[in-house]
Amino acid sequence: MSRALHQFGRSALGWLLPAVLLAGWEGASRAGLIPANVLPAPSAVGEAFWKLLWSGELIENIRISTLRALSGFVIGGAIGFSLGLANGLSALSRELTDTTLQMIRNIPHLALIPLVILWFGIDEQAKLFLVALGVFFPIYVNTLLGIQGVDPQLVEMGRIYGMSRTELFLRVILPGALPSIFVGLRYALGIMWLTLIVAETISASSGLGYMAMQAREFLLIDVVVLSILIYALLGKLADSLARFLERISLQWHPAFQTV
Amino acid sequence: MTAATITARQSFTVPIALTYTSRPKGELAFSFRNVAKQFGGKAVLQGINLDVHEGQFVAVIGKSGCGKSTLLRLLAGLDKPTSGELVHGSGTHDHKRTRIMFQEPRLLPWARVARNVEVGLTGIEKGDVARKKGLEILAEVGLDDRGGEWPSVLSGGQRQRVALARALVGHPSILALDEPLGALDALTRIEMQQLLERIWLAKKFTAVLVTHDVTEAVALADRVVVIDSGRIALDLDIPVERPRRHASPELAFFERQILDRLYNR
Repeated sequence: MSRALHQFGRSALGWLLPAVLLAGWEGASRAGLIPANVLPAPSAVGEAFWKLLWSGELIENIRISTLRALSGFVIGGAIGFSLGLANGLSALSRELTDTTLQMIRNIPHLALIPLVILWFGIDEQAKLFLVALGVFFPIYVNTLLGIQGVDPQLVEMGRIYGMSRTELFLRVILPGALPSIFVGLRYALGIMWLTLIVAETISASSGLGYMAMQAREFLLIDVVVLSILIYALLGKLADSLARFLERISLQWHPAFQTV
Repeated sequence: MTAATITARQSFTVPIALTYTSRPKGELAFSFRNVAKQFGGKAVLQGINLDVHEGQFVAVIGKSGCGKSTLLRLLAGLDKPTSGELVHGSGTHDHKRTRIMFQEPRLLPWARVARNVEVGLTGIEKGDVARKKGLEILAEVGLDDRGGEWPSVLSGGQRQRVALARALVGHPSILALDEPLGALDALTRIEMQQLLERIWLAKKFTAVLVTHDVTEAVALADRVVVIDSGRIALDLDIPVERPRRHASPELAFFERQILDRLYNR
């Protein structure tokens, strides 16, 4: 009981600093230290939140943005993971593709925005393409690293005990690569939001980024600030989800054992 | 007291084999026939002729880099001889019944202890039968209550016992041991040697132990083979009754003989 309470206290500790910042911000706004046309008070942002929530506009925009983010993530992640596996397991595949991929990796994917707009216009494909491209590399690089980092002594052990290639992959290689794959996953989730927000701010007709840009046009600074706060929350949510998955699938790892 | 010491001393000069009931030699377990192995043009092993009978406990010793581990890798089928051949006896058709245990336990960190032991039954047993056999062999190495643990919480000696259980669960006819106790502390090591002897006496497999520890070799083996620069330099029987007592004068006698050969004294 006291242990659970302790656990709760620990996780609440992380929210202490944001809460103090919010309180200070509200106080400073009320005291007139921060002009409302520079940064609205949290209460004003809260009001904007309620208004947009009731009109359904907010939910719709979050839904659209999340859908875009996840679709792009699934596409880019799946390709990155498959190529990472292929290049980790086959020297031929690695020699054939790795140099090319490393060259493309060094182009900032956001630099492709003008080209992407010319190719796809401001349609959904443009955003999917950018998110998928952004997510692809962290997943690819970390999957490849993870597989190359699997202890060769364990692989030899598996061979001696007569494991088939499939068994070797499922029981030795994949679990060994998993910690590194999770690092890639968490990086990719961050890049996923970043890319989507930039893409939506530049060219979109719906979504959170679009909402923020519209608000800027009409000088609705409370809505702009609200969008930014929602980005922060969504990012945190995605990261928590990844950490949760990490905790259940890496129980064996000394770093995740809570004994 | 003095009389006893004198008798003991005499038993050195009189062949010790008087008190030793030599066990009948079984069929051939494996035989190296003029085996040589080269790595990149450098001869690691040359002209190795070695017949080992079923149920024998052979220790292979030598200075580091003498080729003793290569011998074991050839036996386990991890490498192929450059020339000559390795013949397995009728009881062992192929490398499948040869298990190798390394200096490192090589346990899967993401599998619980019992699951790690079941790796030893890959392609032999599955499901409940595998689970049951795994737990039985864990009990034999004295870890019956640790099946549900992660390997990371075990001590070095316990991990090596799990590795031993994994090697034995499939009933190998040959167990190749590549300095399996090398990384353990001295006391755990003696404990493991006794465990190994007990299990070998019970299961009657052929054991080939590579070690650099002469004391360990004479304490465990029926026969000690010394390898020097890729060749067999000495092949010595150790006719001492089992279970053997550590640091007994008979063992010390053989130990001295081997050390003399190793350092050409």
